[in-house]
Amino acid sequence: MISIIIFAVLLLVGFGYFAMNVGKIRSNILMGRDVDRSDNKGERLKVMTLIALGQKKMFKRPVPAILHFCLYAAFVITQIELIEIIADGLSGEHRLFRPALGGFYTFMISFIEVLSVLAFIATFIFLARRNLIKVPRLNMKEMKGWPKLDGNLILVMELILITFIFMMNGADEVLYAKGASHAENLGDGSLGFAISQYVGPALFGGMSESTLMMIERIGWWGHIVMVFSFLNYLPFSKHFHIILAFPNTFYSNLKPKGQLTNMESVMKEVKMMMDPDADPYAAPAEPEGEIQRFGAKDVEDLTWKNLLDAYTCTECGRCTDNCPANQTGKLLSPRKIMMDTRDRLDEKGEAIRKHGKGHDDGKSLLNDYITEEELWACTSCNACVEACPVNIDPLSIIMDMRRYLVMEESKVPTELAGMISNIENNGAPWQFSPEDRINWRDEA
Amino acid sequence: MSNLMKVPTMAEMTANGEFPEILFWVGCSGSFDDRAKKITKAIVKILNKCEVKFAVLGAEESCTGDPAKRAGNEFLFQMQAMQNIAVLNGYEIKKIVTGCPHCFNTMKNEYPELGGNYDVVHHTQLIQSLIADGRLQVKDGDTFKGKRITFHDPCYLGRANNVYEAPREMLQKLDAELVEMKNCKAKGTCCGAGGAQMFKEAEKGDKEVNVKRTEEAMEVKPNIIATGCPFCNTMMTDGVKNKEQEGNIEVIDVAELIATAADL
Repeated sequence: MISIIIFAVLLLVGFGYFAMNVGKIRSNILMGRDVDRSDNKGERLKVMTLIALGQKKMFKRPVPAILHFCLYAAFVITQIELIEIIADGLSGEHRLFRPALGGFYTFMISFIEVLSVLAFIATFIFLARRNLIKVPRLNMKEMKGWPKLDGNLILVMELILITFIFMMNGADEVLYAKGASHAENLGDGSLGFAISQYVGPALFGGMSESTLMMIERIGWWGHIVMVFSFLNYLPFSKHFHIILAFPNTFYSNLKPKGQLTNMESVMKEVKMMMDPDADPYAAPAEPEGEIQRFGAKDVEDLTWKNLLDAYTCTECGRCTDNCPANQTGKLLSPRKIMMDTRDRLDEKGEAIRKHGKGHDDGKSLLNDYITEEELWACTSCNACVEACPVNIDPLSIIMDMRRYLVMEESKVPTELAGMISNIENNGAPWQFSPEDRINWRDEA
Repeated sequence: MSNLMKVPTMAEMTANGEFPEILFWVGCSGSFDDRAKKITKAIVKILNKCEVKFAVLGAEESCTGDPAKRAGNEFLFQMQAMQNIAVLNGYEIKKIVTGCPHCFNTMKNEYPELGGNYDVVHHTQLIQSLIADGRLQVKDGDTFKGKRITFHDPCYLGRANNVYEAPREMLQKLDAELVEMKNCKAKGTCCGAGGAQMFKEAEKGDKEVNVKRTEEAMEVKPNIIATGCPFCNTMMTDGVKNKEQEGNIEVIDVAELIATAADL
């Protein structure tokens, strides 16, 4: 009985704390400006299925894709076992579903075990890629300190999680063979799990029943405690992508990548300026609602999708690896743009929860996190957007920050100021007269 | 002036009570840059050869606003866009071919919301359809025999608008070997000109983007780097000079290659 109560409390605290932190992230994301992504639900579902569920974009790099897929499949399928663990924990039964499901149960657990072994191997290779082989994109400047530790912690947690599964199932196999398992005896000699029917006897074969019971319980409790630790670690980690990849791909930009948004606030003014019937002396219309600044200086000037992108980023670095500016030694790293956006959003969200809405902490995403030099190094080539396995768009953040620099602060590189005034005066980025535009027709 | 260089403006055509099948949007580079003008002329020759009834805007054409927009000046972009749209709508233009992927992207994707709705194609798409429809015969003699050609995907044609095949299908008509760089199509490396970089010095780094891209091209030992964008053309030409390969590698637009092969 006592264990049922402990389990129920663990369950409540585990889900409760997670829900609270998800709530914080949600409210942070909703600090962003509105953007309509409610159209084309069918197409969106398709994109989510292909990109998030099917991991289509991961397979551009087959080696990490296959390793990642092992972890992903094991993780998803293990959730089925988790249902039973919760049912067992609350009912005080052991392997509650086995009698009813019979052979299918054996198949399911075996399937989970095979995937878990593959995931175990993949995790080791991932650790090696981060720490021994030192894959360049996983060891860049912005990955020092917490991001590096974060990546390693997740992998270690996964190893521990899998170890507990095999302690639990392995010891139970040995107990079952002795007729001492708490699982209902169906008259067969073994639970028949693909991996632990061999691993169990090999590791725990000679042990006493009470030791086996203890190992099985440590495995069982250890597993569920790790599951809840892992769940509650997610909102503080880049690993949150395992959940956010789904909404993030669902709300993908479905328009051509080359299409930048046309700023509506500008559109109104330009239309008025171009309208010959407009009364130049008319009093300006009362602005509807809050006046927004042009472009983005801080996180609340970005759209909620930009902010969702930031929380979805798992810092894999494919964007930066493909960025021509980064490849040629410039300061710009699209991954850092996303990490900065998330870190600033966390900071700002926390400050607002503490001091109330409208609180100004004197900092901003621009300057305190992202420098002008980074923003001006971008060629808008969309390589980062193309490379992201979960459809994150660092380019739109870069462009919105350029808009702020130019339209609010008139901070523009000198040569670009020249280009802009040429367009204003001559309708071309160079100093040529519009009248000469067709001279080529008469040149031999 | 040969018949192949007949270039009526919209104003001239309208004065004659005529209407073009398609408007040729030349773009700033194609109008003013000496190298890019050659690409413009190649496109014109192909259009005339195929008896496509086209016109240009001439002095009435103005920058689409792409570099202003990407440099963060949305005001200037929208001013340019509205002004161009007023001209285009005034002439009741329905179909446009551009000589530049940046103009193509802007007019195709960013003008509709501002009231400019046109069927916009890039010159590689139009020329490819002329070949496919049998309107343009490309019977390449020995001009490109034994040459290795690699196509550099312009970001604003490829990744930005998913046009990868039209220029390649054109190149396959030549009696040459089409070789692909390691980074091609969706993975194609930028030439370094986009996002208004064309008009400024690059930020501090250890290499220029165009030099890196030229090195990638050199890995496949091409005789010709084919381009589909006047800015890529400038960047790759500079890259080839930087690597002192002018004697070995030419940078030529796909339209020019086809015009040469069709003996225009």
